[in-house]
Amino acid sequence: MKKLIIALAATAALLGGFNGGAQAQDKTKVCFIYVGSKTDGGWTQAHDIGRQALQEHFGEKIETPFLENVPEGPDAERAIERMARSGCALVFTTSFGFMDATAKVAQRFPDVKFEHATGFKAAENVATYNARFYEGRYIQGQIAARMSKKGVAGYIASFPIPEVVMGINAFLLGAQSVNPDFELKVVWANTWFDPGKEADAAKALIDQGVDILTQHTDTTAPMQVAAERGIMAFGQASDMIAAGPNTQLTAIVDTWGNYYIKRVQALLDGNWKSEQIWDGLKDGILTMAPYTNMPDDVKAMAEETEAKIKSGELHPFTGPVKKQDGSDWLAEGEKAEDGVLLGMNFYVQGVDDQLPQ
Amino acid sequence: MRIELQKRAQPSPLFSFVSPLLALVLTLFFGGIMFWMLGKQPVDALYSFFVEPLLEVWSLHELAVKAAPLILIGVGLSICYRSNNWNIGAEGQFTIGAITGSILPVLYPEWHSLMILPLMLVMGMIGGALYAGIPALLKTRFNTNEILTSLMLVYIAQLYLDWLVRGPWRDPQGYNFPQTKSFVPEAVLPEILDSGRAHLAIVFALVAAVALWFMMRFMLKGFEVTVLGQSERAGRFAGFSAKRMVWFSMLLSGALAGLAGISEVSGSIGHVQPTISPGYGFTAIIVAFLGRLNPLGIIASGFVLALTYLGGEAAQLSIGISEKVSRVFQGLLLFFVLSCDTLIHYRIKIVTQKLRGGAAHHA
Repeated sequence: MKKLIIALAATAALLGGFNGGAQAQDKTKVCFIYVGSKTDGGWTQAHDIGRQALQEHFGEKIETPFLENVPEGPDAERAIERMARSGCALVFTTSFGFMDATAKVAQRFPDVKFEHATGFKAAENVATYNARFYEGRYIQGQIAARMSKKGVAGYIASFPIPEVVMGINAFLLGAQSVNPDFELKVVWANTWFDPGKEADAAKALIDQGVDILTQHTDTTAPMQVAAERGIMAFGQASDMIAAGPNTQLTAIVDTWGNYYIKRVQALLDGNWKSEQIWDGLKDGILTMAPYTNMPDDVKAMAEETEAKIKSGELHPFTGPVKKQDGSDWLAEGEKAEDGVLLGMNFYVQGVDDQLPQ
Repeated sequence: MRIELQKRAQPSPLFSFVSPLLALVLTLFFGGIMFWMLGKQPVDALYSFFVEPLLEVWSLHELAVKAAPLILIGVGLSICYRSNNWNIGAEGQFTIGAITGSILPVLYPEWHSLMILPLMLVMGMIGGALYAGIPALLKTRFNTNEILTSLMLVYIAQLYLDWLVRGPWRDPQGYNFPQTKSFVPEAVLPEILDSGRAHLAIVFALVAAVALWFMMRFMLKGFEVTVLGQSERAGRFAGFSAKRMVWFSMLLSGALAGLAGISEVSGSIGHVQPTISPGYGFTAIIVAFLGRLNPLGIIASGFVLALTYLGGEAAQLSIGISEKVSRVFQGLLLFFVLSCDTLIHYRIKIVTQKLRGGAAHHA
């Protein structure tokens, strides 16, 4: 076997000799690291569509290599380091779980810029970026309350981090603004990306009697289950209409492309700075997929809410809001502060679940 | 015309040497065809797969990081398999070793002491060994099949780890993300050199491999393993106990898997999280057989498998080959290496149609 390695190296080195390393080095390299497959139909696909938009916008000026299916953990650190070493000027790490790995590698490579999606650890050369997904979830909640006959929706959640808890609360607050007695059941899939587990969670929720399904996981599996069982559902991260043409009411579509273009432009102009971006519907970092499979008046309501959120007239987290245990959180007319939302660790009243603590 | 495999009286020394080379050529050839069909330059693809990871120092470190658990587990398993005990559950022993080894840094995060690391390693080994002791006990007491029991214990270990890090061991300041507090610096396995991430685990792996090679080659225990593995009856006549061998081989391989587990958590991850292994315990089975159950061979095969992992990543980044294709490529390599080994024990005979009097020349 030892001979095998030596022979392997020798043969390959020989082959490599003809190759001559004729790679053009004048293009700026902007790299992406994905937690899932770029065709997952959800979270990672949305980032990859953003990457493609970026590549198209700058054309020959940049290169956009990527690594997909990178597990969160020691492999992520190696993958990010590989990117930093391979000449990437800017690396987008597109999953919450890449946070520590990004921070570690960034420390060792002060000249490389990093942008970490949905995290909170920034540095001189690490920016963070995120979208106010809760705005879209509030609209979905309103639609759910109008479309559900039973007044109960099911929520497939990933990890009990603030980002996800915030989405659950926003959805329920939206629903309660239409039907104060609306209820929400939650199943924790404990994964971002696992079609099997996500489908099981969907089935469990439907068996418990929900007639609207929404998800904070990455694949189209829950949408397909909803379609099979004949209930309605919301898409997540990408427009999932192909998986449920008669099922999807709307979807939160992450449109990262504009953001990526803006940041790469800054990089090329030499004025990239570490920032902590949290943009919303009005900035176009997320958009709502077409409102389908619903009556016109529900659609009109959704469009109106969307416009109000964009104009700043409506903030989904506006009091009065009580916490799950009945204690007061937001007083009449009070709006939640960003800091509280980003550390959100409690449910609002009406969630039929105990937050894993 | 048909092709027959005839068993050789003696393993062929020629093919022992040629077989890996032949496998390599076949893999490169068919791999090249696959890359070509995907519209990639075969030479570029093979280059980034096999050479790129070997060209830079940091990447060699990464190779060592990846190879260490494979070798540590693989050499332990080789003793098991040589003695005819089929421990398939190294992944579970790895997991339990990681858990028991992490008890100190997780439950006593304020304890800064130079004692902590040696204690962690010992506790990891004990944990892995005890966990492998369950199938050993079941086999010696109730004559159960250790393949099934050790495999099923993997799932129990993984679910137990999952429960721990989501529940009692979760970092209260970790924004509810399922992982423990980061280990204090004293509890982190130190890196060997400043030039990269390789840590002491690779040293453990090499020491274990050489020690076990020495045992198999020069010590009575090694002879006992071989004899009992080939014939339990013959072993009994020599005064060896098959039951004691079950315990010996299972505890040994469990301890090494446990050491690999705590080394990975302490050296590479730095905290405990729900997934701590990309399947090292199962890949190590392939590594053990690829290394022909010889501890020194396993060092080499561990590095080869680690190389295909890193190569897959390099190829993805430099020429945009999908991560799935690199998995196929790993499969090709293993397939050809294992099938070429057939030639060591068998010879290929092409039999023409014009056979008169049947297969008279068959012995």
